[in-house]
Amino acid sequence: MNAEMIYGLITGMFFGFLLQKARVVRYDKQIAALRFQDMTIIKFMMSAIIVGMVGIHFFEMFGLVRLLYKPVVLSENIGGGILFGLGWGLLGYCPGTQGGALGEGRWDSLWGILGMIVGAGLYAETYPILVENVLGWENLGYLTLPQLIGVNRWLVIIVFVTGIVAMFRWFEKKGL
Amino acid sequence: MEVNRKEEGAWSPYVAGGLSGLVIIVSVLSAGKFFGASTTFVRSAGMLGKYFGPERVEQLEYFIRYLPRFDWQFLFVVGIFLGSLLSALTSDSFKWQGVPDMWAERFGTNPALRGIVAFIGGIVAMFGARLAGGCPSGHGLSGIIQLAASGLIAMVFFFVGGIIMTRLVYHGGNR
Repeated sequence: MNAEMIYGLITGMFFGFLLQKARVVRYDKQIAALRFQDMTIIKFMMSAIIVGMVGIHFFEMFGLVRLLYKPVVLSENIGGGILFGLGWGLLGYCPGTQGGALGEGRWDSLWGILGMIVGAGLYAETYPILVENVLGWENLGYLTLPQLIGVNRWLVIIVFVTGIVAMFRWFEKKGL
Repeated sequence: MEVNRKEEGAWSPYVAGGLSGLVIIVSVLSAGKFFGASTTFVRSAGMLGKYFGPERVEQLEYFIRYLPRFDWQFLFVVGIFLGSLLSALTSDSFKWQGVPDMWAERFGTNPALRGIVAFIGGIVAMFGARLAGGCPSGHGLSGIIQLAASGLIAMVFFFVGGIIMTRLVYHGGNR
């Protein structure tokens, strides 16, 4: 195991610990959010996002971090996004967090893990066909929201964080 | 049914989520790594595929792009399992369960039915994640944190698909 892998393991352990503490890895929580009954996973995810967003962009101004994001390819982002969602609605676990579900004893996630390995293999098999027919359609390149709107990124961050906090308040008011 | 009751020993999702945001910042600062998970399943498929048909794996372009080997993200995904296990065992919230409560209320406690649906769901979800270019970790957390338009678009459609499917699965309520 090299240093990079040890970093990965430790980072994953911290993340897995926090995921389990907030009880967000289990099927009931994931599906309850999709059924608008309990927004715990959204609260967790959006809290991580707003803290990460402010921190990453702050350190990026000093050149301490390098941004690494994916280009917009509408056919892939939308088609793949919907397909992922349909599968997620059946499985009730996410690729990253289902290991955490297994960690707290929810062993039906083993079927999900197995299915995902098969799904990845299937994708590799069909990749040449997809390259010909689907991939790369409507490739708009590396776009960020500030570029798209044409404003300073901190303005976008302030609006985003304010919107999320308002959403949190609404969740709490509604008891979600 | 009461889904919303506070569970004993659970941390506030705002606190645990916010702390996860700090973990992301530290990870990017120290190792240059944003969170992601779905590539690990490609590498796993390649590793397993090598046992059954090593020539096939070597032929496939996708496994050349994502070589079947261990890397930061693979260990990250393993770490999530270990961290959750540690947290569950030390807080008495570990529960060996093959059929989730909500599922059982609607479809009964047959683990085979749950297993089949979970397996199919896993196949579809991963195919979709690879097509989309990432999962809720890579596109959702990492993408949106960086204000990437691709992350936001993918995340919206993850939820669109998920909401459609849960509507179908739980059509007409729990009973």
